[in-house]
Amino acid sequence: MIKNTKKSQKKNILSLEDVSISYGTFEAVKNVFLNFEAGDITSLIGPSGCGKSTVLRALNRMNDLIPNCSLKGTVLFDGTNIYDKRVDPVEVRRRIGMVFQQPNPFPKSIYENIAFGARINGFTGDMDELVESSLRKAAVWSECKDKLNDSGYSLSGGQQQRLCIARTIAIEPEIILMDEPCSALDPISTLKIEETMHELKKNYTIIIVTHNMQQALRVSDMTAFFNAVEYEDGDGGKVGYLAEFDSTKKIFNSPKEKTTQEYISGKFG
Amino acid sequence: MNSLYYQKKLSRNVGDKFFTSLSVFCALIAILPLIFVVTYILIKGGAQITPELFTLEPNPPGDDLDAGGINPALIGTLVITTIASIIAIPVGVGGGIYLAEYSKGGPFSKFIRFGVNVLAGVPSIIAGVFIYALIVSTKILFGSMYSGFAGGMALSILMLPTVIKTTDEGLKLVPNELRYASLGIGASMYTTILKITLPTAFRSIATGVVLGIARAAGETAPLIFTALFSYYYIVGFEDLFYEMGSLAVLIYNFALEPYDAQNKLAWAASFILVISILTVNIFSRIFAVFTEKTKRV
Repeated sequence: MIKNTKKSQKKNILSLEDVSISYGTFEAVKNVFLNFEAGDITSLIGPSGCGKSTVLRALNRMNDLIPNCSLKGTVLFDGTNIYDKRVDPVEVRRRIGMVFQQPNPFPKSIYENIAFGARINGFTGDMDELVESSLRKAAVWSECKDKLNDSGYSLSGGQQQRLCIARTIAIEPEIILMDEPCSALDPISTLKIEETMHELKKNYTIIIVTHNMQQALRVSDMTAFFNAVEYEDGDGGKVGYLAEFDSTKKIFNSPKEKTTQEYISGKFG
Repeated sequence: MNSLYYQKKLSRNVGDKFFTSLSVFCALIAILPLIFVVTYILIKGGAQITPELFTLEPNPPGDDLDAGGINPALIGTLVITTIASIIAIPVGVGGGIYLAEYSKGGPFSKFIRFGVNVLAGVPSIIAGVFIYALIVSTKILFGSMYSGFAGGMALSILMLPTVIKTTDEGLKLVPNELRYASLGIGASMYTTILKITLPTAFRSIATGVVLGIARAAGETAPLIFTALFSYYYIVGFEDLFYEMGSLAVLIYNFALEPYDAQNKLAWAASFILVISILTVNIFSRIFAVFTEKTKRV
């Protein structure tokens, strides 16, 4: 675990301690130690099958929804192990929101897409104002303001994804998880979402999984590189592990591990 | 070298033509019964339709001059199907929700799915005999025996598998991303199902429910054991606990009478039953198309 001394005054908001995640008997990722600091954008990169999405989903207990998925170790959020038996996953997800790979607006109006989450979280203030400010923060207000009552599906893919980000912002989470939010989008939409992320950084902690190394370089402060190795017993299965975690600059300019160097220079992946 | 032009006499082309025409022929034969049955009933029954038919009670057989109307049977069918729907829709939709949303594919849900399939294959008369044994012969319902209520319960057994299956399948068609989206912003399972998943699947569930109702409305055998038949107007709530007429049983009874007037009444009832079931089916299609359009603005 390498700590960046410059940022040590920042507060740890989420940490993984010796986390291993399995699907049934198949171990997807093992022995992960990671600290996420408040106000940072942290990207998780690595080749396919290294378990980075699995780790991301573990952070707000979305893995609960996948049958047979089990986790060992502790995930500390705000001083509480979110895998404690007494913890209510619904409450965890209210404080750690998630944006998915495919834009998935609800089959409702744009306005309702935003209002839904706020309402179920007991929001009692001015809903119009919340909708506007959420859409503004997600940089999609100008495209939406004249058609708030149209279906969320009437937007383009990139706009839908920003609508999904706005929907997540509307519940005022502390952390926003993004699972390859731009992989289904064109470069211009991607750029807009990255700009949105820079805006959001002021108020939120963001953890993003990305396949696009340039994107990790552009948006993130910290980068965690995951890799996969074959099992020692050699039956061909692979298990993911955290290979290196450092500031994005260091990962991309002077990585300590040879595999990181090879991955970021495109030798495998 | 073979010519590139199409050659009729080539054995593969002859065979191709033959099997194409054979399948068209079979398709035509398959549709014939539907066309014949519907036209025959429309012609025979359509001629008997008069305004009095909808307002009068049927006269007792024997008077060959005037058979009266089918009002009690018409209202009875409506009442019995309504009772069946009130029982079957909540239970069926609830069961479907359990299967699609809550069960994790364990032995219990497998057992339920298997049971539902078996129930769907149970002959309708068995449902009638079952309710007869459970309610009619035991007089468990305030001492009443044959009743519209018992008829509704028998029909609800027949509707149940259709409703469970269509709910289950309709919910399974809802993309998981939508559930994740809702759960990912901190909605509980129950809010997600009530506000997101069910409304999204509403169209297919509603279509299934309507088809289930249409099927139940035409059943005869279970009603003979449960609601029996009545010649008299349905005037009040307490009539639910007495024998109740229905179109299907009226057809069954009056078609077997030796009197021409009663037979004509049976034709008229067949006409109305077929038309209403056709209407319900067509309506559910139109409804499906209509909601489809409004959803994708």
